Amino acid sequence: MTALWSNAIFQVALWATVKVAIILGVLLGVVTYLIFAERKICGHMQARTGPNRVGPLGLLQTPLDVVKLLFKEEFIPAQANKVVFHIAPVLAVFPAIVTFSVIPLGPPPMFVVTDVNVGLLVFLAMSSLGVYAITLAGWSSNNKYALLGGLRSAAQMISYELALGLSTIPVILRAGTLSLVGIVDSQAGTYLIPGTKLALPSWGILHWYLVLPFVIFLVCSFAETNRAPFDLPEAEGELVAGFHTEYSSMKWAMFFLGEYFNMIVICSIMITLFFGGWHGPFMDVLGPVFGPLLGLGWFLLKLGVFLFFFIWVRWTFPRLRYDQLMNFGWKVLLPAAIANVLIAAVWLYWRANA
Amino acid sequence: MVPYLFMGFGALLVATALMVVLHRNPVTSALFLVLSFCSLAGIYLLLQAEFLGFVQIIVYAGAIMVLFLFVIMYLNLPHDVEHGAHIALRRGIGWMVGALLLLFSLLLARRGWSPGPEAALLPGAEHGNAGAIGRALYSRYLFPFEITSMLLLVAMVGAIVLTKTRRPAGEERP
Amino acid sequence: MIPIGWTLTLSAVLFCIGVAGVLVRRNALVIFMSIELMLNAANLAFVAFAHQMRSLDGQIFVFFVMTVAAAEVAVGLAIIVNVFRLRETVFVDEINLLKG
Repeated sequence: MTALWSNAIFQVALWATVKVAIILGVLLGVVTYLIFAERKICGHMQARTGPNRVGPLGLLQTPLDVVKLLFKEEFIPAQANKVVFHIAPVLAVFPAIVTFSVIPLGPPPMFVVTDVNVGLLVFLAMSSLGVYAITLAGWSSNNKYALLGGLRSAAQMISYELALGLSTIPVILRAGTLSLVGIVDSQAGTYLIPGTKLALPSWGILHWYLVLPFVIFLVCSFAETNRAPFDLPEAEGELVAGFHTEYSSMKWAMFFLGEYFNMIVICSIMITLFFGGWHGPFMDVLGPVFGPLLGLGWFLLKLGVFLFFFIWVRWTFPRLRYDQLMNFGWKVLLPAAIANVLIAAVWLYWRANA
Repeated sequence: MVPYLFMGFGALLVATALMVVLHRNPVTSALFLVLSFCSLAGIYLLLQAEFLGFVQIIVYAGAIMVLFLFVIMYLNLPHDVEHGAHIALRRGIGWMVGALLLLFSLLLARRGWSPGPEAALLPGAEHGNAGAIGRALYSRYLFPFEITSMLLLVAMVGAIVLTKTRRPAGEERP
Repeated sequence: MIPIGWTLTLSAVLFCIGVAGVLVRRNALVIFMSIELMLNAANLAFVAFAHQMRSLDGQIFVFFVMTVAAAEVAVGLAIIVNVFRLRETVFVDEINLLKG
């Protein structure tokens, strides 16, 4: 028995399992209250109060909504492709959870599940798998609104994935690694603005050649998570409810869960790539125990700001038309992303050899 | 640990590949093909090709198979109806050729080829092989790389030209 | 450490499934998928040899094969869509006229 405990592989597996369990549990709780936050914020933006009846301040609203969804009747269309119909909601949640295994939530090794040396590719691969959930849900429902929603989403996500992937390349060029831990490390410390005595944190966004990639990444991330102003796959005005028209009960909730998981994942990646990950001031003051905890705190703070921004945008902008969406993706974002790869490459090469 | 994982991925790969060929519904075939590409990516990871493993998922599962599904859904294909004498004949011949080919390749493999000496580590294994592959692509393999990019451009233009519906002259675009 | 024999056997099995698929099925899309299976079998052999020889050249070839496969699928599917528009079928034995 002692041999098993001291086995290196076993220990790695054990720690990974514990971390995954903690992250999964916390995530499920966070999502419940993220939905609550979204309803509250949108309420205040529209000059109403939002949910405030169930429990103190309405805090029990979303947990009880989950209970309600669990007990709702599940309806499966007679002509649906049963197997695919059941698989699609699972596929909506699974890629987002897998991506969490490579995101550094705080200083390694404590707050990182695993440091894969192609971490960014894991994220890109999983976000490309996200297309299947919506496409298959739309197809298997055997409903023309759902199918239209599914096909729209496939086209939209593939188009915006290109710009998303290209916008991460300047970050990779700067960090010189695909590992997310490495990318965060490359943003440690501060740098002086040339010609002045002003020191800035060396976060990605504070370098001029990474500003445009950040904007492109931000716009694409709205499209990837299918949120307004890019929520065409579920445009309720034209497509009933889009790809999840025929879904009910917990299966529908899985799509909802997937959307919010994806939102958290893409915000975390954005922080990791452009906002220094868990880096923040005062971390070295607090010593080896509380410093890393503060790092986790900085990460969560940034995450909160970004999630608020996502909700803010959703309730502010109107939805794009389909041709506008495609034109914007292919004719604006993609050329801009390619141009920026060139500019960043030339600049970094010139600076390295200057 | 690694051999067991390899066996698991290998069994999944063969099973899903067989289902691609055996299943009547093209969408289900395509989904099984996605699964087999993913298990192949797992095998690449075990063979220390982590860059290729994830590129496999991005390119095959994320782009190529989505295109397949898109086309199948666009054409709205039903289940394949396959019965009749010539279909049975085709099926017999097909599986026989496949089995013979397998037998032939296994016989070749039994000729006792020596695998050659093993070097210590893959180049660039310590920082992940993405950097090493990139360096090789942009130095030794620069010309093939450029040619491939031209090929992609030609294919893109070709696909657009092929699928464009031609309208009679003078007709307004909707 | 995985013996190279295992990987090559797996690659051979995958290739033969692909060959059988091309011969057995008559749906052009499934034939196309079987061709992808064969390409992937070749890729697997490349990766196995790259692992055995400790050289990255095999992996770079796989990279090129993937790019070519992507181009091939784009053009091939466009052709299949065109054929379907003309003949209303994707079964290869019903597409037997040289002139459309």
